[in-house]
Amino acid sequence: MSFQTALELVLAAVVLGVAIWAIAAPETSAAVVSYVAYGLLLALIWVALDAVDVALAEAAIGGLGGVLLLGAAARLRATEAQAKAERPGPAVCVAAAMLSALVAAAIAAAVLLLPVPAPTLAPAAAANAAATGMANPVTNVLMAFRAMDTVLEKVVLLLALVGIWSLAPDNRWGGNPGLRHQADPRGVLAFLARLLAPVGIVVGVYMLWNGADHPGGAFQGGTILAAMWLLVTMAGLMDTPRISSRRLRLVLVAGPAIFLTVGLGGLWFGAAFLAYPQAYAKPLILGIEVAMTLTIAVTLGLLLAGAPERSAEP
Amino acid sequence: MSRLLDIVTIVSVSGGAFFFLAGSVGLLRFPDTLTRLHALTKADNLGLGLVVIGLLPQAGSLRAGLELICIWLLVLLSGATISQLIAHTVRATDRRESSAAHMPGPPL
Amino acid sequence: MSSATVFGVCGAVVIGLGLYGLITSPQPLRKIVAFNLVGSGTFLIFGVVARRGAVAGLGSDPAPQALVITGIVVAFSATALAVALLLRFFQATGSATLRASAPPSTASDTSPG
Repeated sequence: MSFQTALELVLAAVVLGVAIWAIAAPETSAAVVSYVAYGLLLALIWVALDAVDVALAEAAIGGLGGVLLLGAAARLRATEAQAKAERPGPAVCVAAAMLSALVAAAIAAAVLLLPVPAPTLAPAAAANAAATGMANPVTNVLMAFRAMDTVLEKVVLLLALVGIWSLAPDNRWGGNPGLRHQADPRGVLAFLARLLAPVGIVVGVYMLWNGADHPGGAFQGGTILAAMWLLVTMAGLMDTPRISSRRLRLVLVAGPAIFLTVGLGGLWFGAAFLAYPQAYAKPLILGIEVAMTLTIAVTLGLLLAGAPERSAEP
Repeated sequence: MSRLLDIVTIVSVSGGAFFFLAGSVGLLRFPDTLTRLHALTKADNLGLGLVVIGLLPQAGSLRAGLELICIWLLVLLSGATISQLIAHTVRATDRRESSAAHMPGPPL
Repeated sequence: MSSATVFGVCGAVVIGLGLYGLITSPQPLRKIVAFNLVGSGTFLIFGVVARRGAVAGLGSDPAPQALVITGIVVAFSATALAVALLLRFFQATGSATLRASAPPSTASDTSPG
């Protein structure tokens, strides 16, 4: 067994241990913290699998997911006792364990029986890389070869946000999501927000710009911008915007709208929907990515802020 | 020359790994939150710092080296802030609990 | 044993773990975490398929990678919606249980909860 395989086995064992604790921990907060640690370790697995863009996305979105779940666990602390009383009996647990083991074994068998040589789209992606002029193959696939998936994903993000907003009580519609955070303006959190937010914005924009030729891209950059926005909001330096604000809704719609407009333009000027004319491919894609990053940042931040809880009228 | 750099890398990264281990042992074995925070900051400062110093000779360019140092500084900043926030919360909770304990309770 | 095999089996075990947690955890928030584990294990299988499609010059097949990035973002937005639903349910009823109980307006009858 080579040294690299031994390292990978250790990494897989650690990840499995953390995942087991995420399921088996007696306290919900411990389970959620374990899940966040699992997400970060998973980013290491992605690097070991040579998927650096996915590792960046996993590390960034894992952090946001952790904030979301920890906040929910804190609010639901009062229901812990009732939940403990409702644990299923041993018969259900054994049956569930057998079913899970069966499913895991079936999927593991499928993985071990994957066809050799493996079918792959990598040669096609590498051969057509000249169509966009960008060197990062994953960005090429996301923005050019399978742009339809990305457009639909933007729309799904918007739909999730509308779903969350629709959960507002009637008298709170149009108000600000979440509670107003009151941190000490001379305290540590405000200091961190003032110091880290500019750095984070630079890192986010850099990751968007660099995604053309190196690992990175609009999703990773947008997630970092959303994290900075959340940090500033949690430090009390800025309030969440009112969801009835027209400017906010414009920013939210800008990403998918621009993407769809360029796509429809492809029907007239190019070969098909979402086909870019060869000469303008790179500037068009970069323009779409800038709008996408803004929309993703605002959407992810608002997804975390939740349903409006303060009414619009003062 | 490159052998010397490799030896520096191995020694530094091993030292950093030792401090990570020490921080994790402290996290598991120390009795309360404040002492555990103290142990964790050793992993942040010394552990990550030694690992970064060990990786600097292997960085390809000045820019990569500066990026590594920036990573260390950012982790230091966020780690210090989080430790302060947790410590504040622990003290506020302890103060609230001890003042509640001093309140006159119902007669036994 | 290649890296793809090790992590593929790891992903399969994570899917099994998530399924077990989904069935047996009574707290809905932990069911959401377990469901995320199932999704994450599935993404690992995608990553293994991508790794096996490596070709000279490219470390792994970019098409499954793009699918996984899309999947991670969509899974996060679904989790956010699920958590918002759960919190609103808790706000409206004061409990976070999925067990069906008699509606409060008919509390006078003796049907078991």
